[in-house]
Amino acid sequence: MKPERILTPQELFLKKQRKKKLQIRAARVFLLIAFLALWEISAALGWIDSFIFSSPSRVVETFWTMCLGQQLLVHIGITLAETLISFFLVILFGIGFAVLLWLCPRFSAVMEPYLVVLNSLPKSAMAPLLIVWLGANMRTIVVAGMSVAIFGSIISLYSGFQEVDPDAVKLIYTLGGKKKDTLFKVILPSSVPFLLSTFKVNIGLCLVGVVIGEFIGARSGLGYLIIYGSQVFQLNMVIMCILVLCIIATLLYVAVSVLEKQYLKRH
Amino acid sequence: MEPLLELKNISLSYHTMEGETPALTDINFSIGEGEFVALVGPSGCGKSTILNLISGLLQPEQGEILIKGEPLSHSLVNIGYMLQRDHLFEWRTVFSNILLGLEIQHGVTREKKEKAEEMMRTYGLEDFKNARPSQLSGGMRQRAALIRTLVLEPALVLLDEPFSALDYQTRLLVSDDIGKIIRREGKTALLVTHDISEAISMADRVLVLTKRPAHIQAELPLTFAMEDRTPMACRNAPEFKTYFNQIWKELNQNET
Ligand SMILES: Nc1ncnc2c1ncn2[C@@H]1O[C@H](COP(=O)(O)OP(=O)(O)OP(=O)(O)O)[C@@H](O)[C@H]1O
Ligand SMILES: [Mg+2]
Repeated sequence: MKPERILTPQELFLKKQRKKKLQIRAARVFLLIAFLALWEISAALGWIDSFIFSSPSRVVETFWTMCLGQQLLVHIGITLAETLISFFLVILFGIGFAVLLWLCPRFSAVMEPYLVVLNSLPKSAMAPLLIVWLGANMRTIVVAGMSVAIFGSIISLYSGFQEVDPDAVKLIYTLGGKKKDTLFKVILPSSVPFLLSTFKVNIGLCLVGVVIGEFIGARSGLGYLIIYGSQVFQLNMVIMCILVLCIIATLLYVAVSVLEKQYLKRH
Repeated sequence: MEPLLELKNISLSYHTMEGETPALTDINFSIGEGEFVALVGPSGCGKSTILNLISGLLQPEQGEILIKGEPLSHSLVNIGYMLQRDHLFEWRTVFSNILLGLEIQHGVTREKKEKAEEMMRTYGLEDFKNARPSQLSGGMRQRAALIRTLVLEPALVLLDEPFSALDYQTRLLVSDDIGKIIRREGKTALLVTHDISEAISMADRVLVLTKRPAHIQAELPLTFAMEDRTPMACRNAPEFKTYFNQIWKELNQNET
C-alpha cells in the first residue's frame, strides 16, 4: 500500500473548497429530484388532484406529443423570435436615447421625471391599449416586450455614462478632442461591461413583456398557449408551457452571461 | 526675446449656487522657450485652475493669455497636459493609447507612428507595445502617458502633480525619469506640485502662490553649479537646502 502523503495547508484548503462546492451542487440536484418525485407520487396516490396540478410524467407526455405535432416548436420559435427582436430593439433604442440624454444635459433634465414615471408604471396595464392601438399582431407583441425593458435600460445606461471618471473625459479635451471624441473614445468603450450586465437583466424582462402581450392579443406563442390551455382546462399544457418558459429564460440569461464573460476575459 | 507663454492680469472666480469662490487674482508671469517652471502653493489655492486656463479648458474672467505673442484662442500651438493620473485606457493596447491624441486630431500618419515607436524604444517601452496598460509598472505608465503627450509635439507641456499618485520611492525614480525626458526633448514645461523638493529638483524657476484667491507671492530662479543637471543630482547638491528653506519660508508667510 502506498503511504498517504501529507497534504500541505494550501492543498487541504483547496480540497475543502472543492468538497464544499460538490456538496452544494449535489444538494441542488437532490432538491430538484425530490421535488419532482414528491409531485409525481402525490399525483399518483391522489394526494393532489392531478387534473389541476398535473404531474411530471403528464407534463413530459404532453411535451412529447406536442413536439411530434410540431405545433409546440412553432410556438416556442415565435415567442423566442419576438423576445430577441424586442431585445435588440431595446439595445438599439436604449443606447441611442441614453446617448442623446448624455449629449444634451438640459434635455435629460427635462425628461428625467417622465422617464421615472414611465419606468415605474406597471407595463402590463398598457398591453390592452397597445392591442387596440396597434392591432393583434406580432408588432404589438414586440412593442409590449420592449415596453417592459426600455425605460429601465435608458435610465441605467444614462446613469452609467455619467459615472465615467470626469478626469478621463478631461483627458480627451486636453488632447484636443470635442464632445464627440469623449463619447466614442471614453464613454462608450468604458461602458461596455456595464452595458452587458444591463442587458443580462433586460433579456428576461423582454420575455416577460412578450408573454404579457401574447396573453392578450396573440394567436400563437407560449403566452397564447397558456391562456388557451387554461380556457379549455388543459392544465398539463399550461404547466408544460410555464416550464418551457423557465428553461428559455434561463438559457437567454446564460447566453448573455457567456458573452459577458468572454468580453471580460479578453480585456 | 519674446516669451513662449505670458499670463497678464488673470483673474477668475468660480460661480455656484452656494456663492462665488474667487480662485485667482491678478496673476502675472511668463515662461521662456525651453524653460522648466514649477508652481507651488497650498492645496486648493488654484494651481489646477491656472493650468486649465492655459490649456484652454477654462476662459479667464479678466486678463489675457498669450502664446508666442498671440492670444490663446487664436493660437494653433499644441499644448500638452499631463494629469495626476495617467488614464491609460485598459481597452486599448499601450501603443494605441499613445496614439490616442493623434487619432483625435486626425494626425495618425506613418511618420508619426514611427516617431511614437521610436520614443517607445528610447524610453524602454518597446516590449510592451501590444501589452495592456495594467501590465506596466507605475513608472512605465507615467512614461507612456508622457509619450502620449509628446507625440503631439506640444510647444508647452503642463504637468499637474503627475507623480502624486505614486508611492514615495517610485515617485523619486519617475520624477527623475520624466524630468530627464522633458529636458532631453527640449520641451518647455510648467509643473504643478505640492512637493517643494520635487519643484527644486526639476525646475529652473519656482513660482510660489499664496492661498486662495491666489496671486504670485514670490519668484525664485534656481541655479545649480553642476554640469549635467538631473533631478537626482539636484537633490544632493549643496544649493538644495538653501532653496528649500527659502520656498518653505515663502509658503509659510501665507499662513499668518
Ligand atoms: N468647478 C468648480 N466650481 C467651483 N469651485 C471650484 C471648481 N473647481 C475648483 N474650485 C475651487 O477653486 C479652488 C481652486 O481649485 P484648484 O483645483 O485650482 O486648486 P489646486 O491648487 O489645484 O488644488 P489641489 O492642491 O487640491 O490640487 C478650490 O478651492 C476649489 O474648491
Ligand atoms: Mg489641483
